[in-house]
Amino acid sequence: MPGSITSDIVKPPSPPRRGGFGGGGEGGGSDNRGSSRRASMTGLMVLLAATTMAFAAFTSAFVVRRGISNDWIGLPMPRVVWANTAILLASSLMLELARRALRSGRRSAFNRFWTAGTALGVLFLIGQAFAWRQLSAAGIFVATNPSSSFFYLLTAAHALHILGGLTALVYVDVQALSLQLGPGKRTAVDVSALFWHFVDGLWLFLMFLFLVWG
Amino acid sequence: MSSPVVIHAHHAPQGFIRKYVFSLDHKVIGIQYYFLALFSVLVGVSLSLLMRFHMIHPEAKVAWFGTLWPTAAQGGIMTPELYLSLMTMHGTIMVFFVLTTAPQGGFGNYFLPLQIGAEDMAFPVLNMLSFWTTLVALGVMMSAFFVQGGAPLAGWTGYPPLSGIGPLAGPGEGLGQTLWIVSIAIFCGASLMGAINFIATIIDLRCQGMSLMRLPLTCWTWFVTAILGLLGFAVLLAAGVLLILDRSAGTSFFIPEGLMVSDQILNHKGGSPLLWQHLFWFFGHPEVYIAILPGMGVTSQLLSTFARKAVFGYRAMVYAILSIGFLGFLVWGHHMFMSGMSPYSAMAFSVLTMAIGVPSAIKTFNWIGTLWGGKIRFTTAMMFALGFVSLFVTGGLSGIFLGQPALDLYFHDTYFVVGHFHMIMGVAAIFGMFAGTFYWFPKMFGRMMNETLGKIHFYVTFLGVYAIFTPMHYLGIAGNPRRYSDFTNFDFLGKLLPVHHFMTQAAYGTAAIQILFFINLFWSMKYGKKAPMNPWDATTLEWTVPSPPPFDNFGGHHPVVHHGPYEYSVPGAPRDFIMQTDPPFDDPSSPNASH
Repeated sequence: MPGSITSDIVKPPSPPRRGGFGGGGEGGGSDNRGSSRRASMTGLMVLLAATTMAFAAFTSAFVVRRGISNDWIGLPMPRVVWANTAILLASSLMLELARRALRSGRRSAFNRFWTAGTALGVLFLIGQAFAWRQLSAAGIFVATNPSSSFFYLLTAAHALHILGGLTALVYVDVQALSLQLGPGKRTAVDVSALFWHFVDGLWLFLMFLFLVWG
Repeated sequence: MSSPVVIHAHHAPQGFIRKYVFSLDHKVIGIQYYFLALFSVLVGVSLSLLMRFHMIHPEAKVAWFGTLWPTAAQGGIMTPELYLSLMTMHGTIMVFFVLTTAPQGGFGNYFLPLQIGAEDMAFPVLNMLSFWTTLVALGVMMSAFFVQGGAPLAGWTGYPPLSGIGPLAGPGEGLGQTLWIVSIAIFCGASLMGAINFIATIIDLRCQGMSLMRLPLTCWTWFVTAILGLLGFAVLLAAGVLLILDRSAGTSFFIPEGLMVSDQILNHKGGSPLLWQHLFWFFGHPEVYIAILPGMGVTSQLLSTFARKAVFGYRAMVYAILSIGFLGFLVWGHHMFMSGMSPYSAMAFSVLTMAIGVPSAIKTFNWIGTLWGGKIRFTTAMMFALGFVSLFVTGGLSGIFLGQPALDLYFHDTYFVVGHFHMIMGVAAIFGMFAGTFYWFPKMFGRMMNETLGKIHFYVTFLGVYAIFTPMHYLGIAGNPRRYSDFTNFDFLGKLLPVHHFMTQAAYGTAAIQILFFINLFWSMKYGKKAPMNPWDATTLEWTVPSPPPFDNFGGHHPVVHHGPYEYSVPGAPRDFIMQTDPPFDDPSSPNASH
């Protein structure tokens, strides 16, 4: 290519591409699914990066506010959060078992594990509501102390992510139980499970934050 | 032209609502964003004219002021609080709904899929949601004008304690400020959706042969802008949540102890206003690059196209874009030199700030290198791109002064800062948008804009913006503080009033000439000369499809890219441009093959 100063690196041929998550008209061909799956995975990673940044901002506010003030009183952690942590971990484990079952073609096992994982997710939220009730019963509200402000704020922000994740888990569950979870929907399974593991890890991080600095 | 394409392989959605309102088509969404920004810029500029009027006629009685603002402009005289609310809303609307929206949401949405050979964005539904969420944010922001107390007055930076303690702090600090924060939070959500879409689209939907180093520089800038938006808006959203809790839930994240406002001691204790500043500017500085980077991309594209030369140092340009994006996250502290930070921290932020000068200079020299020896076609689009380079250099140079802590101590909160950021972030970015409008209008609307009107508009605007913003540097050196609504009560400021008079007249003139732009824009949509497929003899993929492009962009045909984006005046080629989809040189069917 004489005279060109731009690069001549050619990417390996890739299939024609079309957007994922529906809409925008018909697909671009039989290999549509591959590009849609890739884009969905990229989209998920990018979403997780944004969530990480938001929680990093909350965390830095937490650490700075804890460091500069002399009005911080350690929060008595409601005991139920320990049970909630175990429930959330179990929920992630169920989803992993479900994915493993799906990979080896055991659809009914997938349905059982996935439903169990989803139910444990709902149970976690109920448990978190209990934690809030225990705190408020003890007279600890959002404005009582910066430690309680951060506890309510971070658990609420986390619960919102859990709600988003649960929506995806329920969607997959409904598809699976109504026998509509075809190979095209494996992406939904993987994306929602990965997101769930992320919010699970996020919760462990928040617990660490509460215990070390709270 | 490139290989012919089969048009209309897919059918567009039928019905007005699906086609033009809740459309999933990135082109329609791009135009929606563009018009949202156009509406916002009208509001934003009107507010600035009111401010400029008030600065030179602070005692003027204007009947319709009294009608519009019965409380804040009783008897037709604008109060200082009203001035501050106009300033806050001007800054907010311009930064968020114009500078962030048009270059990325508008042009980016429309042209990114076309330039990378994709049929649409990666997530069309998310794309639609992103636009409509932005519109909701705009509606919420505008509604602040119409609630009790009026619009907020804490500035576009929303600094607490002023923004965090409610109506006690003044009119507009009640519901108005709450609406401001809610609107910004919604806007953050919309921007995050947009960023996810842009990043996934560029990574995963490039057509065959479109390697990263064959991407047009516009795509690179949209990509890096999306990353900045993703990381920045997530932090602003978190900060906004904390601020709203301080206002409405009685928490004390940002409000310190013992604060006495309007003769009342507040209940808050232990919070830090500096915490907000850190969180805000961690977003706020990258926001400058969110506004300006797409303009840089458009400028690179246009200088190459209209100088009929390849972009000088394409790879260096790409690395400069990436470095600007990276360094942009490390310099937020230079907005806070006056906050009492340790001099060592200030020095670190200062050095990092100076470091941004390196990639910025690389870009500027490469633009000049691109022009050097080129066969320049002085179209209106090209004039605006050249104007961008001029404004970027002018605005960038004053940034070197502000990046020095010792000098910033003096310049901080003076008109020097106002002049600096308007030049580099405001006007340069808007010149990028004008350049983009004149360049891509034929593709978007299938007709050409009028070049004579365009050039008159360019010359008056170019001289006008320099006339408005250059004197601000002088005012700043003379010690004129910013955010004051009235200079008449201070002896040393009274002497500067003639300069303010001059700037206000320049602002009137510059705003008036924009009417010519609007006439040109809307007249050309209906009566402009029909645009051919590739009116500028450009090389990128959007010029291989009809003007305007069909619903699915490439008509079911999947483009294959064989060339870089800026192959102009290649020795031995029969034409002075090689389209990205032209067959390779060694292909006998290539129009570029030497026979």
